[in-house]
Amino acid sequence: MAASSLCLIGCVALWILAGTALAEDLVVAKLDRRVDLTSQVARTLVSFKIENSGSDPATKFLFALSKDQFDHLAFISAASVSVKGKSRTQSAPLTVKEVEKKEDPSSDAVYFEISLEKSLEQGQAATIDVQYALTHTLTPFPREIRQSETQLVLYHDSAYVLSPYLVKFQTTFFKLPGSRVESYTKVEPTKLGDKEIKYGPYENVSPLSQAPVTLQFENNRPFAVVETLEQEIEISHWGNVYVTENYHLKHTGARLKGGFSRLDYQAKGNGVSAFRYLAAILPPRAHSIYYRDEIGNISTSHVRNEPKRTIVEFEPRYPLFGGWQVKFTLGYSVPLQDFVFLAPDGSRYLNFTFGSPLVDVVVEKITTKVVLPEGSRDPSVEAPLALDEQHQEVKHSYLDTVGRKVVVLTKKNVVAEHNVPFQVKYKFNPLAMLAEPLMLIFGFFCFFLACMAYLHFDFPISKSSAAYQARLQQEEVLDLLQRFQKLMKRRLFEAEKLEAALRDLARTGDVAPCKASKKLVDPTLSKEVKAIHEALQATSRSSSVNSKVEALITKEKEKHERLLQKLNLTVDLYERKMSSKEIDSRLVPHEQKYTHLKSEVAELMDSLDD
Amino acid sequence: MEDRSAADAAVMERGKKIGSTGVGGGALVSGSGKRAFGTVLAALILCLIGIMAFSIRLFSVIKYESVIHEFDPYFNYRVTKYLTKAGIYEFWNWFDDRTWYPLGRVIGGTVYPGLTITAGTMWWILNAFNIPLSVETVCVFTAPIFSSFAAWATYLLTSEVKGRGAGLTAAALLAMVPSYISRSVAGSYDNEAVAIFALIFTFYLYVKTLNTGSLFYATLNALAYFYMVCSWGGYTFIINLIPMHVLLCIVTGRYSSRLYIAYAPLVILGTLLAALVPVVGFNAVMTSEHFASFLVFVIIHVAALAHYIKRVLSPKQYSTAVSFVITFGMAGAAALIAILAAMVAASPTKGWSGRSLSLLDPTYASKYIPIIASVSEHQPPTWPSYFMDINVLAFLVPAGIIACFLPLSDSSSFVVLYLVTSVYFSGVMVRLMLVLAPAACVLSGIALSEAFAVLTRSIKYQDLSESAAVDSTATLNSTNENEASVKEVKDKAPKRGKKKTVEKEVEKKRKRLLGLPMEASAVGILLLIIMGSFYVVHCVWAAAEAYSAPSIVLTSQTPDGGLHVFDDFREAYAWLNHNTGEDDKVASWWDYGYQTTAMANRTVIVDNNTWNNTHIATVGTAMSSPERQAWEIFQSLDVKYVFVIFGGLVGYPSDDINKFLWMVRIGGGVFPHIREPDYLRDGHYRIDSQATPTMLNCLMYKLSYYRFAEADGKGYDRVRRTEIGKKYFKLNYFEEVFTTQHWMVRIYKLKPPRNLVSAVKSKKRTQKKKTTR
Repeated sequence: MAASSLCLIGCVALWILAGTALAEDLVVAKLDRRVDLTSQVARTLVSFKIENSGSDPATKFLFALSKDQFDHLAFISAASVSVKGKSRTQSAPLTVKEVEKKEDPSSDAVYFEISLEKSLEQGQAATIDVQYALTHTLTPFPREIRQSETQLVLYHDSAYVLSPYLVKFQTTFFKLPGSRVESYTKVEPTKLGDKEIKYGPYENVSPLSQAPVTLQFENNRPFAVVETLEQEIEISHWGNVYVTENYHLKHTGARLKGGFSRLDYQAKGNGVSAFRYLAAILPPRAHSIYYRDEIGNISTSHVRNEPKRTIVEFEPRYPLFGGWQVKFTLGYSVPLQDFVFLAPDGSRYLNFTFGSPLVDVVVEKITTKVVLPEGSRDPSVEAPLALDEQHQEVKHSYLDTVGRKVVVLTKKNVVAEHNVPFQVKYKFNPLAMLAEPLMLIFGFFCFFLACMAYLHFDFPISKSSAAYQARLQQEEVLDLLQRFQKLMKRRLFEAEKLEAALRDLARTGDVAPCKASKKLVDPTLSKEVKAIHEALQATSRSSSVNSKVEALITKEKEKHERLLQKLNLTVDLYERKMSSKEIDSRLVPHEQKYTHLKSEVAELMDSLDD
Repeated sequence: MEDRSAADAAVMERGKKIGSTGVGGGALVSGSGKRAFGTVLAALILCLIGIMAFSIRLFSVIKYESVIHEFDPYFNYRVTKYLTKAGIYEFWNWFDDRTWYPLGRVIGGTVYPGLTITAGTMWWILNAFNIPLSVETVCVFTAPIFSSFAAWATYLLTSEVKGRGAGLTAAALLAMVPSYISRSVAGSYDNEAVAIFALIFTFYLYVKTLNTGSLFYATLNALAYFYMVCSWGGYTFIINLIPMHVLLCIVTGRYSSRLYIAYAPLVILGTLLAALVPVVGFNAVMTSEHFASFLVFVIIHVAALAHYIKRVLSPKQYSTAVSFVITFGMAGAAALIAILAAMVAASPTKGWSGRSLSLLDPTYASKYIPIIASVSEHQPPTWPSYFMDINVLAFLVPAGIIACFLPLSDSSSFVVLYLVTSVYFSGVMVRLMLVLAPAACVLSGIALSEAFAVLTRSIKYQDLSESAAVDSTATLNSTNENEASVKEVKDKAPKRGKKKTVEKEVEKKRKRLLGLPMEASAVGILLLIIMGSFYVVHCVWAAAEAYSAPSIVLTSQTPDGGLHVFDDFREAYAWLNHNTGEDDKVASWWDYGYQTTAMANRTVIVDNNTWNNTHIATVGTAMSSPERQAWEIFQSLDVKYVFVIFGGLVGYPSDDINKFLWMVRIGGGVFPHIREPDYLRDGHYRIDSQATPTMLNCLMYKLSYYRFAEADGKGYDRVRRTEIGKKYFKLNYFEEVFTTQHWMVRIYKLKPPRNLVSAVKSKKRTQKKKTTR
């Protein structure tokens, strides 16, 4: 009933159209339609063989879709086909343009104007392929199923291809995912094959006539729909392009009724319409791939590197049943030189594939943000597809000062056919890369400078404060101590020389050099020591320091005297020409005392160092 | 090093320390070149210690992932997220309606905000510099960063007590002490992460004030104490330990103005500041935990007065005054104490909070508060856990105590007191091992440094006495039995007659230097190094293997050497988050409350805060009741989903069935119809065919084992190592909606009431039939 009324409307529309729009008398000689219903997307390939039966040369061809289908249309393209014998090759893509036909508001057809490769003279024929993809046309029915049930879907279409031209001969094949077909409308001749339903051939179908058909069949392919995809492509001229993709994925098939039993799912394999595995095809040499969600890494993923592509196979945290959702993030990096190129005019451009790398998904809304490096100018986009929206933003990232320019592209209803390269052109000065490192260097430089300044300046609030005085005093004490230590070292040096002279004496028995060495002793030293000691006593209130210094001075003095004494005694003894044994025995007490003193002095010096 | 620190202590003791550069008195007396070199070297070592403290805690990130760990950290993370999103004022006023449904929880007023505000500030600073790190990343790395700070604070504290060498050793020890690592690995975003730093730093400032008598440090000390109060409930340890030390000083006659400056401002300023923290508020003056500080505050004033009077009066007058004051003072004090005791006794818990009471009386919790006793970290530790957590430090600590008595100063007595008290507390609660760890590190640092100093010095001065021996040409000979040193070998010309005196001299000097024979020193150093390496190896092992598991992800080795990941918890939380209604209420045992709110973003009935025992008891009762009663309880709480943790399939031992007796106990504590003996067969907890019918019919059993027997055909529980008692049963009031891959989390939905009408009716009908028959 409905079919016939539609037919009627179609016929009315035809008459209106025939009078106005169809000046050219094109006729579709042969039409072959193949509808692929094996996935969640209905992909149709219509092959027209058109003939110009009128007198004027035709340059355009009109392709029609019903309003219902147009609402689900994701993608359409056309190509002219050259037929040589049995081989068909699609030679050139043709432009497809949506045109409005205001003349017939009653019609539910939407027209696309396809400009032909070359105008069609009278009697000439041409072959055109039109491809289009519809999303969300396969509706699950029943809408809710149990875990153990399989998923059935409905598909509505027409047995006749909607065309504003007379179609002399047409056939339609519906390719199905499985052999189970629950029901289908019969428009004779109709033939149900294995995984295929054939409608036609029909002959001489009048323009715009329709014969609605409804197919109900089993389709357990994943109905994975990405509700929103936010993709961020960040270019770093240090050598990487970072891609981050945030997915909100939903299973839009028949909703799960009742509970989910893990037992039935694992042991009995129930839940055929649910899906567990997803795959993404990334560019070759993609690295640093991560797969996570807001609560952490998801460990179920594998990466396979192939020469032409990188395949990531991953599972969501849980199997997705009808109506279930999941959110996750997929991120990866690709080498800069594979995607960013220098244009002849000196500007740079990014060449990247649009759409989602996920296999077999429909993206309802994609937002692609291309983050250009800081300091780039004049971005412009070249995309071979119709974008819904395009604007620019500014993003602040690592240590940015002015921010990075972001080109935002938005498109709804994206399928695999949209995965074509697009370009973002921008101007960039490589020196801008150095801005951030230089900033860091300068920052640290300033920090160290400030530290140095702090250590070298005085910042007391009052010059008379106790702490300040104490610090001054401490510095003075340290200074004095240093001078003191220097003096002591000189003294020790002298002592060593004297000792050396003594040893020489013991060896050679020659008294003269030993006598001479006595003159080496600097008498002023002790005076200096005394002066420093007094100064120390005046400044330092630290008794431990003073006592140490005092002890050292006295011990040193004693030692020095002892040494001189010993020297004199030795010289004396030698001059008296005593036997060496006797000399030795005479010297022993001196020697002992001296050694003892020497070690004590050394110890004191050490303790002073601390 | 030792001479210096001894000199240091001496200088400090006499209160004549020059300047306040913090380098220590000993450094004053050295050449400035050497001093600068030492400072730079120390700074470099500290820097390396900081890096080590940070990096040893990254095993969890490398082995697992950068994720928040366990339970409480998830709550802190959620609060931090809120703070960064809504701002500080919103945070103070935050009423959280997604937890403790239907009561809710005032987060701003019941949480120690230190950690959250610290991480929030770090995040804010980073973002101000346009470094877009996520809040999660900042939270994950807060603990490692603060453990570096804690190591530096330990350096400061120890070098204030015993010099720079001990400081560096102690810092290195603390940087890798396993006890502290267990609480501060990357991802362990808990209060203790910053609190230990605050604790050590407060102690450092106290000791610094005590050594310098500077009011500047006293003020800083109060601020550090404030930060500690903000961070952790363990601040009561500080406010009891410091008064104890002050009291000790007064009693042992070490009262000085420095002590007064170190203590009095801390009490006044610290109490005022502490009262500013909402979660503490008036508790800062009203609870018994703070009582000691005020009492000692009074005592120190009395002592100060006594000192003043002693100075003013002549000795004779003074003694009469003392006897006068003592007689009247005793009477007054007795009256005061009586009043106080009466007031304290009037309150039921004697003015102490439950946790503090269980510290003072270790048996208190198990007697009265099962909810405190049920937490594993509130159990007393075992001996192996001491070895596990502080390792060789346990043996070094006594040596450190001895070193602290040579000589005893105000600061070293403080460290000893800190150690003694924390040893007691760690013995009560395994969690407080964390407080012991810094004390053990400080004392072990002192011990190690002293030991090294003695040994290296004996080697160093060996040369000296040796050269003395050579020069004198009349030194010790081979007959000297006492001496077993190199000297003998080099002995050239023995002169028997004279050697005795020399020997004595050298001996005397030896004694003063605490010298040891060369070989003994070398062996000692070698042993110390071996011990140190053992400690390092143990710490790295503990960090890598024992303490880095985030506990929300479990892994096991597969036979072929791979790693099998059990990520069931997050699977369940992700499922709840994405596939249930935004406002649905989810019931589970309280352990999982924080994770559910943070990861699944769903409203929970009870969580790890455990502030309302009755509410937890209600959930416990529901879990221990038969299906229908449980359904009614949950229905009355507006619960839509219930989940249980079940480890029976894969052998995960800390599941709900193993925790079940606590649910019974806590539930029974409030609702007397739940009785623990009903769930035990002859005092044994079992779930096999010998289990009691009450056990086999309770909700927890049913939700855990629903259709479990069908999985392997026998129903063999791999945790309890037994076949379950009741294998095939139906659920009438609950419906399984999700079970994770390894069955570790099982989520059930309450069946809606209208579907139940028929079930109830049919049940009634059958009952009627039965009765009519």
